[in-house]
Amino acid sequence: MRTLYTWVGIAAVVLFSSAGDVLLSRAMKKIGDVGQLRRQIGIFGVVGRILTSPVFFSGLACMALAFFSLLLALSWADVSLVAPASASLTFVTSAIAAKFLLHENVDRRRWLAALLACAGVALLAR
Amino acid sequence: MVLVAILIFGPLGDVFLKRGMGQVGAVTAAHWIQVIRAVFTPWVALGIGFLLVFFAAYLHALSWADLTYVLPATSLGYVVLALLSTYMLHEQVDLTRWLGILLVSLAVGFVTRGPEVTPRKQREARPEPALGAPVRSEP
Repeated sequence: MRTLYTWVGIAAVVLFSSAGDVLLSRAMKKIGDVGQLRRQIGIFGVVGRILTSPVFFSGLACMALAFFSLLLALSWADVSLVAPASASLTFVTSAIAAKFLLHENVDRRRWLAALLACAGVALLAR
Repeated sequence: MVLVAILIFGPLGDVFLKRGMGQVGAVTAAHWIQVIRAVFTPWVALGIGFLLVFFAAYLHALSWADLTYVLPATSLGYVVLALLSTYMLHEQVDLTRWLGILLVSLAVGFVTRGPEVTPRKQREARPEPALGAPVRSEP
């Protein structure tokens, strides 16, 4: 039962953090390079731009849900299982989401890397 | 520098969270409200503080690099996490888990040898940005 709880928790972390990653990436690309913006409008200007972005808050909401799923999963299993498992699977689902939603160039090399990450996760889950 | 901050504050935040949640104990679905209460315990609060710094650095990186570049570049943090788990939480990290961590790291190394940024329509003619030399984003 505890194993089932753990994997449901990990699945929730993966789905929410992938959605969060994609939304945050889209928001930050829209806002622009933070380093250069800071020189132009100051740190408070940058923070203001981020905090007035609806896409950023959608991403933040997904990240918050992922965070509470992570807290739950961490109370059921070791951190060296939960954290690498959810993060590596997130790497794969985010690559898929980045390809189809953000139109990033995910080539054969990146798919192969995703499979390697999956194999790593399978070993970590033992 | 931003990527190094991600590598340090992320894993440390996770370790502090685990230490805090270990003190809270296992949370069941019937007592889910314990998760809310857990946020205010010292170790969990410290973990959240570290993860906030991690988040700021992560947003900074996402403002000038592809998601599929930032994620692999920061995945090395999980090797840091395995080391921290061994020495700070005294968890069992056996040979199988080390092999898993090695495979994940291999995947990371493999993917980062490719191009870092997908050329956008607007910047197709520009060279690939180097690590720490961010490309100006389009408005």
